[in-house]
Amino acid sequence: MPGFFDALSYEFMRNAVLAGLLAAVLCGIVGPFVVVKRLAFLSDGISHAAFGGMGLCFYLGLDPLLGAMAVALLCAVALGLVDTETIRSYDAVIGVFWAVGLAVGIVFVYKTPGYAPNLMTYLFGNILLVSRHEIGVLLVLAVSVFLILALFWKGIVAVAFDEVFARVQGAPVRVLMVLLLTMIALSVVILIQVVGIILVVALLTIPPLIGLMLLKDLRGVLILSTAIGVAITLGGLGLSYVYDLPSGPAIIMLGAVLLFAVYAGRKLRGGGWRSLPALRRE
Amino acid sequence: MPELPVIAAHHVTFGYNRETVVEDVSLEIRPRDFLAIIGPNGGGKTTLVKILLGLLRPWSGEVVWTPPVRPGRMGYVPQFSTFDKGFPLRVSDVVLMGRLDRRSLLRPYLKKDRIEVGRVLERLALTHLAAEHVSEISGGQLQRVLIARAVVSDPEVLFLDEPTASIDAESRETLTGLLEELNRRIPVVVITHDVTGLAPLVRRIACVNRRLVCHEGSELDARTLEEAYGGPVEVVTHGVQHRILHRH
Repeated sequence: MPGFFDALSYEFMRNAVLAGLLAAVLCGIVGPFVVVKRLAFLSDGISHAAFGGMGLCFYLGLDPLLGAMAVALLCAVALGLVDTETIRSYDAVIGVFWAVGLAVGIVFVYKTPGYAPNLMTYLFGNILLVSRHEIGVLLVLAVSVFLILALFWKGIVAVAFDEVFARVQGAPVRVLMVLLLTMIALSVVILIQVVGIILVVALLTIPPLIGLMLLKDLRGVLILSTAIGVAITLGGLGLSYVYDLPSGPAIIMLGAVLLFAVYAGRKLRGGGWRSLPALRRE
Repeated sequence: MPELPVIAAHHVTFGYNRETVVEDVSLEIRPRDFLAIIGPNGGGKTTLVKILLGLLRPWSGEVVWTPPVRPGRMGYVPQFSTFDKGFPLRVSDVVLMGRLDRRSLLRPYLKKDRIEVGRVLERLALTHLAAEHVSEISGGQLQRVLIARAVVSDPEVLFLDEPTASIDAESRETLTGLLEELNRRIPVVVITHDVTGLAPLVRRIACVNRRLVCHEGSELDARTLEEAYGGPVEVVTHGVQHRILHRH
């Protein structure tokens, strides 16, 4: 695809590649926690709820990225502080965030006077529209996520692995859980720019699923997932440019093909089900 | 003269969703105690232990810990692993989490921590599994890993929930030896259906069936046990001498 490399002389394409790389690094370091802690629905909920903030900011003439960030962080703190042992259905709470956010967002976008923005852009993302200013914001968010994880690595891993035991050890489980969800929320905001609200969850789960199939050491899984994230975002971007496809879906479809190929490869070589943790329940 | 209890529960009542599970239980754990908690399934044994650990806050009554015993300095071996075995961690990584400490949350694990992990793995005959993934070991091995994780934290008291349930005879011997060794220094509390297996170690028995049916000095006879289990049972008692198997 020589056309793709020529396209890098355009600024919008360079921005798209940068946004894609930031997104890939995030799905690599945050995604594995989403998969092993079974937070995919929660991440999806945060992503849809964030749309409420985007819609409101759009209506008020503010930067939608700001609204997405505020709502995503609010959701993270709220869901992190909910006591999962006393609440009847955590899933239902997430479902409410999910639906209410989306509804609020659509209403505000609908009621915004003048030019109506293309809802599809938000729902499925358009990485080619990411501006230089947004790249700056995304970079700050990505660095924050990385710093949170680096600083609280021990505690976050412990809470993600075994909340009860972390509490026995006297670790501040609620605080660490809020930090983990904050990392997810910030990543979701970045990923929305790249693949859109609806596809965020795919980018958070596909690279880690592949990583988890191939490796059994957490650090290794994070590094491999990042590499896979880079490969599918850049590859998908290239496909989207060359074949004139919507970028978000192109990235996700490339990821899905890779996931299936690795899975089939392991099955054929006798790797079996054992290594696909997300499909196992004990 | 009775020693000062390291943990004392006073008239503790607790339940889930308005249903009382533990009612008006008062219980003391003393230094170098070896307490077996017995009782029927669903009788509130695990819940009581979680209250003593400070994991659950009682509806009424209180739990008093005497330093150095305090929440965060107690070891706990749950009956079922509370984690997902698909998590990409090796056996040694899991045991290392026993060295997690509130006061040092921001620094990485130290060489000292890893040395301690190695020592405990060896003590529990797990050294050869150190690099294995947690999903690749057997149930009995996992049980020992959970024990290693609890012990490596150098706790001031150790709680074990059904530690002998999925363990083979040889591992049971290792476990008994380890518990005996630990008990020279710290109190041990074991929830078990198998008092016989730990009989040489057990000093006191508490039967819990929502209430504390019988405990310590009180004679453990067939009637109290029937009360505890709500039906005729095979009675195994242990005092200074063994008084074994009094059948109904």
